[in-house]
Amino acid sequence: MHDRKTLSRGNNGLGQLLIPLIALAILILFNLFRDPGFYAIGISVNNSGNKVLTGNIISVIDSASELAIIAMGMTIVTAATGGQDISVGAVGTIAGSIFVKILKGFAGINIWTVLLGILVCCIVTVLFTSFNGMLVSVFRIQPMIATLILFSCGRSIAYWIIGSATPQIISPIISAMGMTIPGIPIPTPIFGVILVALVLVLLFRFTTLRLYTESVGVNQGAARLNGINPVAIKMLSFVILGICVAIAGIIGTCRMGQVSLKTLLVDIEMDAILAVAIGGNSLGGGRFRIGASVLGAYIIQMLTTTLLAMRVDPVNIKAYKAVMIIIIVVAGSPVIKRKLSQLWNRLRAGRAKVAVQKGGR
Amino acid sequence: MQDDIILTMRGICKVFPGVKALSNVDFTLRRGKIHALMGENGAGKSTLIKVLTGVYSMDGGEIRIEGHDSPIIIHSPQEAQSYGISTVYQEISLCPNLTVAENMYIGRDSAHTVNWKQREKKAGELLDSLGIPARPRQQLASCSLAVQQMVAIARAVDTECKVLILDEPTSSLDDKEVEMLFGLMRELKSRGVGIVFVTHFLEQVYEVSDQITVLRNGELVGEYDVEKLPQVELVAKMMGKDLNDLAELEQFGKKSVPGDEVIYEAQELSSTESKPFDFRIRKGEVNGFTGLLGSGRSESVRAIFGADHVTGGKVKIRGKDVKISNPHDAMKNGVGYLPEDRKRDGIIADLSVRDNIILALQVLNGMGRPISRQKAEEFADEYIEALNIKTASTETPVGSLSGGNQQKVILARWLLTHPDYLILDEPTRGIDVGTKLEIQKLVLKLASENMSVTFISSEIEEMLRTCSRLIVMRDRNIVGELKGEELTQANVMNTIAGGERQNA
Amino acid sequence: MKKDITSGAPRIREPLNDTQLLMTITICIFVAMYAAAMIFMRGGFLKAQQFFDLLNDNAYLIIISCSLTIVMIGGGINISVGGVISLTVMACAMYLESSSSTSILTTLLLALGIGLAFGLLQGFLISYLEIQPFIVTLAGMFLARGLTTILSVNPVKVTHERFLNLVKTKVEIAWLGYTAKNGALIPAKLEIGAVVALMVVVLVYLMLRYTRLGRNIYAIGGNQQSALMLGINVKLTRFWSYVLSGSLSGLAGFVFLMHKPAGNASVALRSEMDAIASSIIGGTLLTGGVGNVIGSFFGTMILGTIQKIIALSPLNASWWQEMANGAMLGLFIMLQSVILMRRHNKKH
Repeated sequence: MHDRKTLSRGNNGLGQLLIPLIALAILILFNLFRDPGFYAIGISVNNSGNKVLTGNIISVIDSASELAIIAMGMTIVTAATGGQDISVGAVGTIAGSIFVKILKGFAGINIWTVLLGILVCCIVTVLFTSFNGMLVSVFRIQPMIATLILFSCGRSIAYWIIGSATPQIISPIISAMGMTIPGIPIPTPIFGVILVALVLVLLFRFTTLRLYTESVGVNQGAARLNGINPVAIKMLSFVILGICVAIAGIIGTCRMGQVSLKTLLVDIEMDAILAVAIGGNSLGGGRFRIGASVLGAYIIQMLTTTLLAMRVDPVNIKAYKAVMIIIIVVAGSPVIKRKLSQLWNRLRAGRAKVAVQKGGR
Repeated sequence: MQDDIILTMRGICKVFPGVKALSNVDFTLRRGKIHALMGENGAGKSTLIKVLTGVYSMDGGEIRIEGHDSPIIIHSPQEAQSYGISTVYQEISLCPNLTVAENMYIGRDSAHTVNWKQREKKAGELLDSLGIPARPRQQLASCSLAVQQMVAIARAVDTECKVLILDEPTSSLDDKEVEMLFGLMRELKSRGVGIVFVTHFLEQVYEVSDQITVLRNGELVGEYDVEKLPQVELVAKMMGKDLNDLAELEQFGKKSVPGDEVIYEAQELSSTESKPFDFRIRKGEVNGFTGLLGSGRSESVRAIFGADHVTGGKVKIRGKDVKISNPHDAMKNGVGYLPEDRKRDGIIADLSVRDNIILALQVLNGMGRPISRQKAEEFADEYIEALNIKTASTETPVGSLSGGNQQKVILARWLLTHPDYLILDEPTRGIDVGTKLEIQKLVLKLASENMSVTFISSEIEEMLRTCSRLIVMRDRNIVGELKGEELTQANVMNTIAGGERQNA
Repeated sequence: MKKDITSGAPRIREPLNDTQLLMTITICIFVAMYAAAMIFMRGGFLKAQQFFDLLNDNAYLIIISCSLTIVMIGGGINISVGGVISLTVMACAMYLESSSSTSILTTLLLALGIGLAFGLLQGFLISYLEIQPFIVTLAGMFLARGLTTILSVNPVKVTHERFLNLVKTKVEIAWLGYTAKNGALIPAKLEIGAVVALMVVVLVYLMLRYTRLGRNIYAIGGNQQSALMLGINVKLTRFWSYVLSGSLSGLAGFVFLMHKPAGNASVALRSEMDAIASSIIGGTLLTGGVGNVIGSFFGTMILGTIQKIIALSPLNASWWQEMANGAMLGLFIMLQSVILMRRHNKKH
């Protein structure tokens, strides 16, 4: 009895975090040796006169916020459907433009209009991701292809919503949401991540959603025979993703004070999928760890910031990212795993034989 | 007579880790004969075929084929084909998106380019000569399953084919299509091809076969000429008549006496996979559905549980009308179902033993009321202990357990929901003898605690030991119901085999 | 029983199979759309040159649509094609600029070599290490785009004389020309790139239809398990499909350079999505096994025509273009889904 308990702790799936933690450790050590000043944190005063924390670490955590939030939603969709939504960037832009559109509809921006904007924005965004969800769960189209539709026309829908003017929204509330709240030196988007993470933790703590999602992702047929409705679970995963995307879109919009149709959340779908994969979650669905994906998101941002600190041109970062993806997926590939375990077994067998021979003498 | 033999297998042995799949099996095939290979689940038919086609390597014995003086060793299906051994599997292994002609020749030509005209002409001639109603240029997906099956056969026999293995070719065909297939088989037979015919349908065996080899538990029961083996005897040989486990039987408690209350009652219940049937079960009763594989026994219980799309019928539970159109409905009404295919429909392989055990109860509790981690651990520990599940921890992925222990996990899952009516479809399949007995005892114990149980097994002794009533199915119809004194091996076999050929 | 159904009967016209059905729909839509443009937009659409411009502008897209069609028929995906184009264009432009004596042939070989290298690497990772094609080619896309900017962040304009001569060389077809206002006959002009693209379509069509490799690609896309049972080397076939796809992307890069002789980091941005859309619109089934490059060609032409119509209308071009692409894509995905479901139902 006691044995079983101890074993269970060792078997808790923490091994999943091994590769990402090693990657993060390498990045941290690398920066430490390269330039210890990388980790310096200072306090400065920003344009609006607030005191803010500055430094690379703060910037990593701050600028990874949208990615981290979307990666959380992407993890759930991946777990339930075994596929990924590539329209998150485009739909996030739609979210941003809905938000701006609503705020522009009122004479002044106050806390209530902002809250209304957030609410409507979440609802509309969820409608869009539910469209994806419907194609995936009801029509059984592969997620990547189904979401290709909104991927290719989402930003145009955003344009259609907001028009070519891309109006600025200037308000202390907006800048507080996108940058810092006066009196609190920590960038607000970080709180956004914490909020979303908290909500998801509570959701998975107080409902059975994790068990349902993992069951559908691993074995849809068996899940159905145990009374779970796979269509509903898949739809639900897209709804959760929708809310994450809406929040990320709003944060991105507030950061810039406007919706920039061409640059808001651009390429974030690729990074989000990457974050899920780096976190060691299977892209084929099933068991998942949201925290691991968030870790993946910060690793990506850490890599980016490190490269920037090394004066690598921002546009070149993609190449390094690609090399990292290839190393990580090759390390996790089924064939390599099989080969390694074979090698390991052979080594062990060899050692056992040697031991036997020694014992014989 | 000796010259007619084209294939002999002698003393074939095959061992899988922990299981002896084949021990000392002989098999002989003669030119121009159709030879049926019979046996229930786990008898070793498919293992024997896989050895013959080079999918598995054998651990002992020898294979000789006409034209080769020394025994041959077959390493791959391709090599088997070069010896003239071709196989057509139950699952049609052709590409539905290609044309008929392509499916017949793809993967065989060594030429780098495709001559469509020539290929289609060749295909057309072969199809014509075999009387297969398919056009070479037709997309395979537009053919019926029977024709697809026949195209697969045409592909198989186009090469120098001496031995044709048909692995359950008729399981998804209707009567007319089966006739078409038989026509083709007779045609090939007249050309001197030796055919190994694997099937579960007794009628079909008697219709086309010349000889029958029966396997049971990986051992050879015997080889017989069709005329000399009445259907009843065949069934007896497949199922194993000798009840040498009498001592074991004594250990079993008395069968429980069912109460009067009818727990579940269905009228004219039908699904997309099953024909309409009536069924009822009383409180504390253990009943069984029996019949050979493919007789519709599993499809019937799936309809009861709402696992397939239910198309009609009335269902009453404890006398009240209820609608069961999906598994969740059934579960809410206190019905549990352990599916036939454990790997495909039962376990969630990547999830832990604990999660697998609490799954059904959790679903019944609803989304908003998760079972706490601590409670889940308690449940898991309780059932791991009660059912003696051998697992390293509650956290171990269930996929890494042995078959018997996986089955116990699924049993635990349903027991935890305390159902009124539990359906167990082949709970003892593919697991070791000890666990089989444990499960049977458990069934009787549950019944004595007033649970109604439907128990399905390929092994008739198991059912006789546990069930107080047996529903016999053949060809997707209920053909008889046995209870009390009628529950004897002979009776069951007679009913399964049907009266028609008893005196042949 | 024998001989009552097929033999002796004259060669029966087969009903349209899935490939042909989807392709026919695509061609009809293209013809209808172009005819409508001729009637309602008039102007340029009445000239043959408009059609040729469609080919000229979309030559590289036609080639990568073929490239995508090959891997999609095999049941895979390749989203690195746009990246490979940008890398090829940049590398070739810089190579041409490195000296005025560089030969055009070696430039072409460089382009093909880059494509081939990507094809080999991705094909190996996907077929032999069994990594998901989406992730592998996503990495390929990042790598190619990143390498492009590493080569040069700034645009590189080609001034290589012989190459510019090649760019200017056009196939002139006098009888399809028109008479300008000043009375001069202006022949219809087709760029070399467009000719190459058309040749690629024909060659890939022949490859897919008449070679063993081509048929094997269909087989593995139709049912991988069956293909294995039918004696096809699934891994090797899949590997080759990516090698071909990669090489074609390299060629597309060269064709792009012949159309716009300048290297630029943002060349062919998101063209992989246009190519996927073209393939799907052209009748390549999402699940693999069904598809045809002729259909993909018309798929590209449909997207190109929409683009032309929108460009000639007062609408804001790029946004409406994307909307129309999305709507088209949605329509065809639904259509395929319906066809697949119909086929699925028939089996039960």
